[in-house]
Amino acid sequence: MELFLQQVFNGIMLGSTYAIVALGLTLVFGILHVPNFAHGHMYMLGAYVCFFLITIFGFAYWPAVALAAILLAVAGVILEVLVFKPLRNDPGFNPLIAALGALIILENVVVVLWGPEGHRIPNPYPGIIDFFGITMSVQRLLVIGMAAAMIILLQLFIKKTTLGNTIEAVAQNKEGATLVGINVNFVSAMTFAISTALAAIAACLVAPIFMISPSMGALVGMKAFVIVILGGLGSIPGAIAGGMILGLIEAIGGGYFSAAYKDVFGFGALVLILAIRPTGLFGKEIKGR
Amino acid sequence: MMNWLKGNWFYLLVLIIALLAPVVITNRYYSQVITMSLLFAIAALSLNLILGYTGQLTLAHGGFFALGAYGVAIMTYTLGWNFWLALPLAAIFAAVVGFLVGMPTLRARGSYFAIATLCLGEIIYLIAGNWIEVTGGHNGIVGIPHPSPIPIPGIGVLTFESQTSQYYMVLFFLLLTLFVMYRIRESMRGRTFMAVLCNEDLAESVGINTFRTKLLSFVVANFFAGLAGGIYASLIGSISPSVATVGLTFNFLMYVLLGGVGTLAGPIIGAFFLPILLEYLQFLQDYQMILFGILLIVVIIYFSSGFMGLYKKISNRIKKSKVGA
Repeated sequence: MELFLQQVFNGIMLGSTYAIVALGLTLVFGILHVPNFAHGHMYMLGAYVCFFLITIFGFAYWPAVALAAILLAVAGVILEVLVFKPLRNDPGFNPLIAALGALIILENVVVVLWGPEGHRIPNPYPGIIDFFGITMSVQRLLVIGMAAAMIILLQLFIKKTTLGNTIEAVAQNKEGATLVGINVNFVSAMTFAISTALAAIAACLVAPIFMISPSMGALVGMKAFVIVILGGLGSIPGAIAGGMILGLIEAIGGGYFSAAYKDVFGFGALVLILAIRPTGLFGKEIKGR
Repeated sequence: MMNWLKGNWFYLLVLIIALLAPVVITNRYYSQVITMSLLFAIAALSLNLILGYTGQLTLAHGGFFALGAYGVAIMTYTLGWNFWLALPLAAIFAAVVGFLVGMPTLRARGSYFAIATLCLGEIIYLIAGNWIEVTGGHNGIVGIPHPSPIPIPGIGVLTFESQTSQYYMVLFFLLLTLFVMYRIRESMRGRTFMAVLCNEDLAESVGINTFRTKLLSFVVANFFAGLAGGIYASLIGSISPSVATVGLTFNFLMYVLLGGVGTLAGPIIGAFFLPILLEYLQFLQDYQMILFGILLIVVIIYFSSGFMGLYKKISNRIKKSKVGA
């Protein structure tokens, strides 16, 4: 029982980070319809920026997280303007392939600048709490708490502010939004900024727990796509639920069956779900490309 | 006959150059680079079938290449079977896996299918790295024998130890693949592939079973991906999970896109000139891949039909100016 609860706790922690990364992706993929394959690599870049802010510039942990989020928001806008904006009305796979190009550039820039080896951010909260036999490190609890806070803030922003409403308006009807005076270019850039900032925050939160390396983004990016499809395109509750499901599948599958194959369970679940519901769990019917 | 020659002299010339290449190129290193380019052209051509002619972006092509490679490695090295038995079996294995996997995933469309296949490629990579008893884990399999010699009655024995013989073997398989792709393109079946590419809903409404069409295209494409992988394992002599990484899929994708998607010549041109270009950019070392990424984005934004598209545009303009004069 204790082992089970421990795995559930780890699963929720993993699921929280997945949920934040997937939230960012569901905004750009579900709302702007940009299959941003470089999303996981923005996450990786966020972890590196945080690492260097702390180790080289001597920032404290929280200011480093905040600055990394801001810098990555800027990087997101640059990515949108340079790579995806010229392809906005392009049919088919071209945006997807451009994203692959962006991903190759990002990963190799990091390798060239900082080497392929892994790094670790010093853990700001090394304490451990023992809760009815479950070991919880403070940092892990913090991840869960921050994830919840980010989710609530994002929900409030989109539902309660005018700026947030414009994102929904563009998602529902691009022409209509333009007609009532919404600047679609601005909304696209803003959505990208929020998306990559969320990825950066998730990366900064887990960086003290796991190693950071140039290749860390690929797998997370892929998982984010799995979650977004599990939860349904553009659905924020779906992304949260999907993140938690994937985190729990991995933690329990990895704990009880085989740690080496834990990713196979998650990806296998996606393939199965697509087989049964080709547009995802909560997805609507999509038209041909 | 003369008319045929007039229309196809260029292809004939290319074929003659390809047949004479080993006589001219004696440098072992260049010879190896060219043989590998031809091999990757087989994989690129098969990716073009599903992507360029049927409009489905698979991101598991490297995975199926690896299935063929591991198939041949296990059958010839571990089990000691004859290469010429192992190669078709490995290609059929890739095709069967493609069928089983295509059944569920091809129900999904567009980006959904791309992501499902991306996950599949990753699963193949993870299994290759972790199923140590069969695949050798991350160390892979070393010491895979070269293709077995073929005895020809009355003439002697055809061996594949020299680089020249390996070159001709790969060239033979490339021509075979090209021939099959050409026949598919010209057939009624091939037209249904292209109908799915143009408009899946419309194709469905005129009575084409789009799901079966996509499945057939996917299975044939994976058969040839497995074939290329099997030859690769035997010529290189060692494999590791690195052949199953998504990076290899991206390479194939780039050959097809830069050469010209939806043409027969494009993937071959891409697979041939891109590695040579990369050889010349060797001095850039780590910056090489960054340049590669930039190139990909620029091509997608400005020349999304690749080299062949550019060529067609220019030749059309020349024709027009001739008519005008």
